[in-house]
Amino acid sequence: MENFIYPLIGGVLIGLSSSTMLGGIGRITGISGIFSHVLKKPSKEYLWQYFFLLGLLFGGLGLFIYRPSLFDYGIEVNKFQVVLAGLLVGFGTRLGSGCTSGHGVCGLPRLSERSFVATLTFIGFGIITVFIRKMIWG
Amino acid sequence: MGIVLSFIVGVVFSVGLVISGMTNPKVVTGFLDVFGQWNAALVFVMAGAVITNLFLFNLIKKKNKPWFSHKFYLPTAKNIDKKLVVGSAIFGIGWGVLGVCPGPGIVNLVTGELWALIFVGSMILGMLIHKITFESK
Repeated sequence: MENFIYPLIGGVLIGLSSSTMLGGIGRITGISGIFSHVLKKPSKEYLWQYFFLLGLLFGGLGLFIYRPSLFDYGIEVNKFQVVLAGLLVGFGTRLGSGCTSGHGVCGLPRLSERSFVATLTFIGFGIITVFIRKMIWG
Repeated sequence: MGIVLSFIVGVVFSVGLVISGMTNPKVVTGFLDVFGQWNAALVFVMAGAVITNLFLFNLIKKKNKPWFSHKFYLPTAKNIDKKLVVGSAIFGIGWGVLGVCPGPGIVNLVTGELWALIFVGSMILGMLIHKITFESK
């Protein structure tokens, strides 16, 4: 059971932070949408988005310095796999208007029908993909 | 004040992602591997986040406006269209290929690992391809 304590604490932190975003500045913490603004012409309107992304990096960097073993996944990935994943994730999250954070973490609690459909769809296709991937790569 | 708040939100969100295991592609792939050795950790991450938000969003909704802004900016689209479903399916495939979604991808940049840089670079390219095909029309 203790294997689930950290996921649960992490999940609650994710919830608390996205709730603070909504209560504080009235925004949804949808990371793919926020990140896509780095591709647009810089604007004062996007300032909160730049600062959120800086915060993400700052938090990660702090933990990486404090406890690098947290980032020690022991994974081997080939570059083709990484490029393919990045392209699909980038394109798909824009076309589908959101990712795990926007549709999952924020959309489900808003009881958004669109987010329910999106979340079930990406988890479903993720499951199918891992199944096929394991048959191909083992 | 708003930008300070969104910076802090970013920090806490990031810490949540790392300690929950979401930044580890193995944990995510393990969750999606329901026909193999299923790793339920992500269920607890999602449950923790969604239940917390379910409760707090309800409290927030009762307010007229946020603390540091004059209104709530909520998505207005209601229709389930082809773009939503096809886009989410494509994202799901990409998620399954590596086990990384946008937030963890960005956070993993701090490791300086080549794969994280390539992932975020490719993600930007994917977003640009979407922009060129769908937004310029």
